[in-house]
Amino acid sequence: MKELILDYIRNEYLDEDEADDVDLNENTPLISGGIVDSFSMVSLKRFLEKKFVISIPDAEASPEAFDTVTSIIALVNRHQAKKGA
Amino acid sequence: MAVDYEQLCREITWDVARKELGYAEDGEVNIGYVCVDRHVEAGRGEKLALIHEGHDGTLRHFTFRDLQQLTNGWAQFLRAAVSVRPLDRVCLFLDKVPELYIGFLGVLKTGAVVEPLFSAFGEDALVARMLDSKATAIITQKRHVGKVRKAKDRLPDLKTIIVIDHDEDGRKLREGEIGYRMMDHRVDDCAIASTYAETPSVLHYTSGTTGAPKGAMHVHGSVFAQYLTTKLVLDVRDDDIYWCTADPGWVTGTSYGIIGPWVMGATQVVLDAGFSSDRWYATIERHRITVWYTAPTAIRMLMRDGLEPVRRRTLTSLRHMCSVGEPLNPEAVRWGHEAFGLWFHDTFWQTETGSIVITNLPGMPVKPGSMGRPFPALSAAVVEPKTGEPITEPGRVGLIAIRPPWPSLMRTYWNNTATYYSKFLNGWYICGDQASLDKDGYFWFCGRDDDVINTGGHLVGPFEIESALLEHPAVAESAAIGKPDPVNMEVVKAFVALRPGFSASSDLELEIMNYVRKKLSPLAMPQEIEFVEKVPKTRSGKILRRVLKAKELGQPIGDISTMDDD
Repeated sequence: MKELILDYIRNEYLDEDEADDVDLNENTPLISGGIVDSFSMVSLKRFLEKKFVISIPDAEASPEAFDTVTSIIALVNRHQAKKGA
Repeated sequence: MAVDYEQLCREITWDVARKELGYAEDGEVNIGYVCVDRHVEAGRGEKLALIHEGHDGTLRHFTFRDLQQLTNGWAQFLRAAVSVRPLDRVCLFLDKVPELYIGFLGVLKTGAVVEPLFSAFGEDALVARMLDSKATAIITQKRHVGKVRKAKDRLPDLKTIIVIDHDEDGRKLREGEIGYRMMDHRVDDCAIASTYAETPSVLHYTSGTTGAPKGAMHVHGSVFAQYLTTKLVLDVRDDDIYWCTADPGWVTGTSYGIIGPWVMGATQVVLDAGFSSDRWYATIERHRITVWYTAPTAIRMLMRDGLEPVRRRTLTSLRHMCSVGEPLNPEAVRWGHEAFGLWFHDTFWQTETGSIVITNLPGMPVKPGSMGRPFPALSAAVVEPKTGEPITEPGRVGLIAIRPPWPSLMRTYWNNTATYYSKFLNGWYICGDQASLDKDGYFWFCGRDDDVINTGGHLVGPFEIESALLEHPAVAESAAIGKPDPVNMEVVKAFVALRPGFSASSDLELEIMNYVRKKLSPLAMPQEIEFVEKVPKTRSGKILRRVLKAKELGQPIGDISTMDDD
């Protein structure tokens, strides 16, 4: 899951010239670091919902929840567990 | 303290600004000098001008003397190494780094016109603006240079790309690119260009319903309006710690995120980090912000997180708060009072007006949800759309109109004087927004008079979005409207008819969303796409956005006699 999300962010939100300069890993700040802005979060949320077949309520799509790939994975896991319960 | 609005209207004229700043009506005036050198020459060189906080929390401090030396160095470099001449257009395409603020004033010192570009713009958005302005140089940084390189082949006038953070041991620069570290070049003396009140200064592009974005050209004399409104509306004094949250890619970020506070000699804070409630409160607490100028979208996002994060911080330094970008809803005004013990004072203006034109002044009773009253040096009215005759009947809706001239009114739309003149009616400048007046003379916003989408406080043109959509291989027809949104006021919703061979799917929807985001900007990205058989148009081919909007809002569709029903 980590690599899938990292690849998506690298391909969709970083320019190809920029990708070489940014050390993108699961703890890189995405929102506070200016890689993904609040408007672009909508397309990232859509990607996660589609890829992992979950529905993330808008209230949970906060800048904090989307700030790192680690926090995104936690969010996705929570919703997958909810779905499986 | 209560303010006597009528008395202010009698006393405040633009001449007050000229006199207080010590300028003769026909004398030289340069925004770069007024914002920086004037303070150094008056013995305030060691005063802190800028506190910059990076996304990792790193702080950098700049005094007015630092700004003077750095803007001088920058101006000298632009003249000597880039051959920038007065009235050339020079673009800034940067995040909210210190070089953006220094670069802005440095360009103005050369007599060139500075053209700020929002750093999230994509390739097509850059081309539309730079092709029109015929910009000869652009200042950018490593993380954005790729977009400029892609746009360059379509920009025949662009001669030089300056990269402010180029590493000699990093990737190689290409032909026409220069690496220049602004912070390494300090110059004590620099000849500031002889500019006057009517000399062009700042070119900001803004979106309309039709056609490409239009460049609103401002002049150095705008500083008189920005000075007086910063003083009387934002209530900024030289001992304030001021925070304007706007990005200088947009007009608020230059008029009140660079010019206004530094004319006043205030210390301003810049936070170069994405939004989060806790980070924002931490910024107010850490820097002891006294005056805060922000936007309804941000206030509603703070509201969403509740009062608990506010209570965790000590925010008692705040003494005045203002808002701009879209109407501030009454709930947000009341929430602000509950959270901070202060009222958010709504201000209304636009790229074209260059400075605040309708506002709630400090000390004026705030009516939550109202835009306030005209700035005392201005005459404003609500007028009949066809005749431009003022409407005096309370509650009747018309168009917001301001009586020209005033120092910061745009002087033209660059390369588009016909559209510029179309903005005037019966001796008024027509803002393009609808409002009504109440019996006390307060203005109440009702909506746009056109199809422009106001999202997160920024105007986005539907034509630009529709054009970008049409470039996607799957899209045959497209339309874009603003869909009401509880946080952003509106978000972009697109209607798309597909080409034969393509079928609607969530994969395709996401692909098209990202396609527009990369071509234009995240603001222009449709947050929702509805796949339709065909887009409603008139028989002459004009997109009937009002039909789509009415359907979206569940309102009557109105007259559709001109609709092409083939």
